[in-house]
Amino acid sequence: MNINIKSAGGHAVAVLSGEIDHHNARELRTELDRYIITAQPSELTMDFTGITFMDSSGIGLIMGRSRLMNECGGSLEIKDPQPYIRRVLKLAGMDRIVKIT
Amino acid sequence: MEVLNEIKFTMPSKSVNESTARAVVSSFLTQTDPTVEELSDIRTAVSEAVTNAVVHGYRHRKGDIELTVKLLPRREIYIRIRDKGCGIADVEKAMQPLFTTAPEEERSGLGFSVMESFMDSLTVKSTVGKGTTVTMRKRLATHGN
Repeated sequence: MNINIKSAGGHAVAVLSGEIDHHNARELRTELDRYIITAQPSELTMDFTGITFMDSSGIGLIMGRSRLMNECGGSLEIKDPQPYIRRVLKLAGMDRIVKIT
Repeated sequence: MEVLNEIKFTMPSKSVNESTARAVVSSFLTQTDPTVEELSDIRTAVSEAVTNAVVHGYRHRKGDIELTVKLLPRREIYIRIRDKGCGIADVEKAMQPLFTTAPEEERSGLGFSVMESFMDSLTVKSTVGKGTTVTMRKRLATHGN
């Protein structure tokens, strides 16, 4: 599981790669929360292009980061999830909570 | 139940073994030549069940998780995940979407919903203090050969 965060202006992009499950969601959560609280971006994009697996642990991760971004006055976007990950997101109703592109 | 092939293994309830379980199931199922979508569905359902055993079944202690995968006639896959953890007091309630007893770990309460959605059938049997057994089945599409 890798995470690489780039930012320009108030827009940050977290490029993720690997698998998101309960085991490694905690590490991702810590990294993302540290960045959000420190940098306070107005927009955060989680780039899912390199994510090869995600179960409902990823839903908890996204919901938590969406909540934190909202509390900081910003918004969260999920970019380029694989088709089956889109199904998990849709099953959880995430398309009503965050922008999925 | 006629079984064409079968694998059974036991692993300790360490979260790192969530990916181990997915890898073992994927490897076993290559003989069935599943579609990418079918394999993704099964891997996700297995991951949910094993995670439940790690997070909920063995919340207060470590124990063993037993995973059984059977290949049945007509391309049907049978999967059983069994733990000897704390058990579930109210299975019906636990299976309701968004119900979770571990919100502090950001558990979404969607594990059983994902299993139900991605597999053809799901059965959960549990006894408090003795453990939980999750059984799932999925029939793979035929390839026309």
